[in-house]
Amino acid sequence: MAQDVWVNIETLRGEVTEISYTMLAAGKAIAKGLGGSLRAVLLGGNVKGLAGKLGAADSVTVVDHPALADFNPDAHLLALTDLAKKGAPRAFLFGQTASGTDLACGLAAKFGFPVASPCRTFKVEGGEILFEAVTCGGKIIADGKLPGPTGVAIVMPGGYKPEEAMVGGSPKVDEASPESDLGAARTRFRAYIEPDTSDVDISKIPILISVGRGIGQKENIDAAKELAAALGGEVSSSRPIVDQGWLPTSRLVGKSGKSVKPKLYLALGISGSPEHMEGLPSWETLVAINTDQKAPIYDVATFGAAVDVLELIPKLTEKVKAAKG
Amino acid sequence: MNIAVPIKFVPDLVEEMEIDSSTGKLDRTFMRLVPNELDEHALEQALILKERHGGTVAVITLDTGDVDEALFTAVAKGADRAIKIAGEGYAEGVTSHACADLLAEALKDGSFDLILAGTQAVDDLDGSVGALLAAKLGIPYVGYATKVVEAGGKVVATKEYPGGLLAEIEVSTPAVIGIQAAEKPPRYVVTSLVMDAMKKAKIDEAEGAAAGLEGAAEITGMRPPEAGKGAEMIDGDANAVAEKLVGILKEKGVL
Ligand SMILES: Cc1cc2nc3c(=O)[nH]c(=O)nc-3n(C[C@H](O)[C@H](O)[C@H](O)COP(=O)(O)OP(=O)(O)OC[C@H]3O[C@@H](n4cnc5c(N)ncnc54)[C@H](O)[C@@H]3O)c2cc1C
Ligand SMILES: Nc1ncnc2c1ncn2[C@@H]1O[C@H](COP(=O)(O)O)[C@@H](O)[C@H]1O
Repeated sequence: MAQDVWVNIETLRGEVTEISYTMLAAGKAIAKGLGGSLRAVLLGGNVKGLAGKLGAADSVTVVDHPALADFNPDAHLLALTDLAKKGAPRAFLFGQTASGTDLACGLAAKFGFPVASPCRTFKVEGGEILFEAVTCGGKIIADGKLPGPTGVAIVMPGGYKPEEAMVGGSPKVDEASPESDLGAARTRFRAYIEPDTSDVDISKIPILISVGRGIGQKENIDAAKELAAALGGEVSSSRPIVDQGWLPTSRLVGKSGKSVKPKLYLALGISGSPEHMEGLPSWETLVAINTDQKAPIYDVATFGAAVDVLELIPKLTEKVKAAKG
Repeated sequence: MNIAVPIKFVPDLVEEMEIDSSTGKLDRTFMRLVPNELDEHALEQALILKERHGGTVAVITLDTGDVDEALFTAVAKGADRAIKIAGEGYAEGVTSHACADLLAEALKDGSFDLILAGTQAVDDLDGSVGALLAAKLGIPYVGYATKVVEAGGKVVATKEYPGGLLAEIEVSTPAVIGIQAAEKPPRYVVTSLVMDAMKKAKIDEAEGAAAGLEGAAEITGMRPPEAGKGAEMIDGDANAVAEKLVGILKEKGVL
């Protein structure tokens, strides 16, 4: 147990989510380095059938209970606490997600476990777990050690290929029933609210003109829309634009928005934070316009230009229109 | 409902981040600190709840230096109280576990029904204070909330999943909710009202314990990200850049 790695498997509406596989890939590397084994911890309602999709793990612990059918923060935390009481691993991995962060920190506070977040990659050296975390909007990488005897790591995507861990198999499955009364949870899942599907689906649009905080004002988005129209594309955006109510959530690219794989992604005044880049698994051409020469987006963009977006947009629109005749 | 909003001061990401070569950590000497963006959303959601259902709003922060103006700004927006906890070592930055302990000590008297924190701070490295705080206070936590409403002595938090999917979670109070975005953009307040608050309001000051390093993963060093292959940069003014971009778009078959 002392050198084992546990991964909190996340599911959403009955499906194992991608971050779970990223974590299994990470966990496998850590467990190998430590000489321990890898355990998938699967909480849910009627989820036993999913254990067969977790072949990357050496074993799967299933906690099946109706109160865990949809993510219910307090009930899930109670169930995890029961498990951890019986013996905690060397490292416990959670996703940097809507459910992972709630649980990771709740569990850590209950047991006094240290937390490292948001971790991208891990290494084991001389028996110590080293991690690399990304912070300050992607402008800083921090290197650290995950203290023992048990450390909680919150994992972001990007460091491991989830496909590597998407293997079937028949890991040893043990079922645990919660000792706590999950009915006594102080939170309760009520219902999902479905996303609005009346707008265009930006994940299917090949040409995206994406605006970020650098666009300055709501009125300036009209110019971006005109450019998008001239290019036969659509506008999308980073989170601050949606949070300001300047564009609807349907246009959001990133961790909390859509994942897009455009032919052209023109990022106008977007810094390239990890949460934004999470929504861009691939592109053919990424052009970044940002006045900050050190903006993280330049590390990955195909082309870049450090000019003012407000000056560029009308000029580019005009020239695109002229080129199209 | 009586609501507390913890505010964290974080590096302004617009400025250049410097790493102190002697410590290998962020150089805080000339760093401009600003309130964490999501905390502005948390305050907005708290003010909306107060306007709808009555109650009070208090903002609370650890005195990491230069926090008064932001606290008075919160008062000018409608907060009833501003609390500042001062203590040894806070200016160097406080770990999430230590911060949660300090906030728990200040908020444990039970006079708050709801604590609205930011889901995550931009400089986070050791977990979310809101969730840690909830567990330390023995009350429930729900993070990634984009809306909070009162309903029959409880609250309902709208939790955000990717792609615009939301879930309604009912939460009994007292509770901590981690705010991802308020249901409306944070309000703006004119400088004259902030000046007014500075003259009329008073910040409650409390003494906190010295900040330890407990619960944090050990950070051995910081560095800028590897620059990868990097973008091919296009020089020239906006006109020249537009010209070259049209060429590139033609070459890539977009035009
Ligand atoms: C849990 C969580 C989930 C999140 N999910 C998402 C998500 O799904 N999508 C998302 O985008 N973000 C998300 N975020 C927010 C993310 O962390 C960043 O805050 C956000 O992506 C920053 O958006 P931005 O690049 O537009 O703004 P900033 O980071 O402020 O960047 C603006 C850029 O514009 C440049 N600029 C300014 N003026 C000009 C000008 N005139 N001309 C050219 N350039 C200019 C600046 O140099 C700067 O680089 C999430 C955050 C959290 C905590
Ligand atoms: N030093 C602090 N003072 C007050 N509130 C804080 C402090 N640190 C964190 N918080 C709160 O906890 C949230 C999450 O921060 P973090 O845990 O650093 O990601 C912030 O948005 C604040 O609401």
